Amino acid sequence: MDDLMTVVDWSRWQFALTAMYHWLFVPLTLGLSVIVGIMETIYYRTRNEKWLRTTKFWMTLFGINFAMGVATGIILEFEFGTNWSNYSWFVGDIFGAPLAIEGLLAFFMEATFIAVMFFGWKKVSPGFHLASTWLTALGASISALWILIANAWMQYPVGMEFDPGQMRNIMDDFWAVVLSPVAINKFFHAVFDGWVVGAVFVCGVSAWYMMKKRRREFALDSIRIAGWVGLVGILLTLWTGDGSAVQVAKVQPMKLAAMEGLYQGKVGQEIVGVGILNPSKKPNDGQDPFLFEISIPYGLSILANHDPQSFVPGIDDLLNGIELTPEGDTIRTDSYSERIAIGKRAHESLRAFDTAMTNGDRAAMEAARAKLKEDYRYFGYGYLDSPEEAVPPVGMTFYSFHIMVIAGGYLLLFFVIVVFTSHKGNRIWEKGWWQWIAMLTIPVVWICSEAGWVTAEVGRQPWIIEGLMPDKAAISAISASTVQLTFWMFAAVFTALLIAEITIMINQIRNGSDRDEY
Amino acid sequence: MAHKNTLHTDRRLSRFPAWPGKVVRFYADGFRNMTVGKKLWLLIIIKLFIIFFIFKLFFFPDILKRDYDNDTERAEAVRSSLLNR
Repeated sequence: MDDLMTVVDWSRWQFALTAMYHWLFVPLTLGLSVIVGIMETIYYRTRNEKWLRTTKFWMTLFGINFAMGVATGIILEFEFGTNWSNYSWFVGDIFGAPLAIEGLLAFFMEATFIAVMFFGWKKVSPGFHLASTWLTALGASISALWILIANAWMQYPVGMEFDPGQMRNIMDDFWAVVLSPVAINKFFHAVFDGWVVGAVFVCGVSAWYMMKKRRREFALDSIRIAGWVGLVGILLTLWTGDGSAVQVAKVQPMKLAAMEGLYQGKVGQEIVGVGILNPSKKPNDGQDPFLFEISIPYGLSILANHDPQSFVPGIDDLLNGIELTPEGDTIRTDSYSERIAIGKRAHESLRAFDTAMTNGDRAAMEAARAKLKEDYRYFGYGYLDSPEEAVPPVGMTFYSFHIMVIAGGYLLLFFVIVVFTSHKGNRIWEKGWWQWIAMLTIPVVWICSEAGWVTAEVGRQPWIIEGLMPDKAAISAISASTVQLTFWMFAAVFTALLIAEITIMINQIRNGSDRDEY
Repeated sequence: MAHKNTLHTDRRLSRFPAWPGKVVRFYADGFRNMTVGKKLWLLIIIKLFIIFFIFKLFFFPDILKRDYDNDTERAEAVRSSLLNR
């Protein structure tokens, strides 16, 4: 078991490293494509050459970022086949269908129109070129859509039936998978987050030009566009984030409790704005979960249920199967001990199915299949040794969530100032301290974006598919040393590539200022 | 020299039939006239080589495809694995 956990841990670290590296490029692609589209639209309408040069400058940076990110997501699929083969088989066509659609539709759409964007300036009409730029932006978002649908299914598995004969989940309702409320919120949250990342990048780079006293007009024009994209983006990100929180409260209450370090919930639950967790706190031990906290009354009840008088269950409540009605009456749900018992019963049904299949006993197979179907909702709980094993790492989930929220609040303030000052003569952009703030906001927005993913994925633990499959069941029978070797290879290669890629980007920004002065 | 190469490429591309030829020329001209390209393309090629040739071929086999001949065997292997965890 120890060796199995080592393989699980290393495989998780490897997946996290790959996914977070991939996510360095994706949001910038999503955001810059929209900003470039707006700039080219202004050029198309005004035919002012300065907007053509502005469009081409940011389009080049978009191209570099796109090229840097190409194929980094493919590695995640390699890892599914090697490290997570049980999972890879178990999810069946549910993962396969969205990823295949992504490959066929979005990738070819992006590849075609990106070529027109970069190679077609003097070869196609301005209208066709503009359409290609917008279709590239649309293609990037559609590409993200299918990946996020697949990820949302892992958080909230719907639209399928498990077939013990094939040992796969078979999709029986495509639209339930695609239109799952978790998927819709996740998609828009990620796309609008991309707008914010793109806008911060444009503001930060423009601030550098202001600091160097180069291309002042270009920088201020770019800031004006990026400011609005960023402000709209952050407002929509907050809105969809609120939608995501409501969904998490409904379908992953344990994740929400971990996000807030909440062990014993109540009606009118406050939200922790800032806090330091008690590191020795364990479920059901009666200790105070916080060493220090500043809370907002009723905040979590409003966030989770849009009702200040609603009950939000904590970790202990969920483990013990306690829910409360809005009136404060206790109602029972399945405790985690009961879920584990039901999960183990589901395993016995699968074992009976296996025996019946070996013996060719069709009647027994059908009986076992029917029993398994009854208990399947808790199938994954059968692998847990104790209810406490179903609690995600509270520290990492809590801190990543709060880093995301605090950084998100800062970004809202940042873009309010950017938009406000862009209508007041932009004098603030001449100040060195503000130029530094704008440049330092670039790492902040990436930390915010990555922290969101850490919250979503670490908060789902120990599940790879919520309630149906824990990581330790999903892992392949491989040795920990193999995964360790490839982890360090990835770490070395990704670091080298990232340094080289950032160098190219910085050189382009520096040289771009000399080439197109105005 | 560059001019000579361009003429040579154009002559070769002109053998393509009408619209596929246009598409090929469109991409060929685009790549030829890229200003940011060389280091970036070198990096992309190195990256793709590492990902698809080294990582995929030597370190990331699809275990179920490698170890079993058909889907029935793969399903049995996963069932056995999931029942014995």
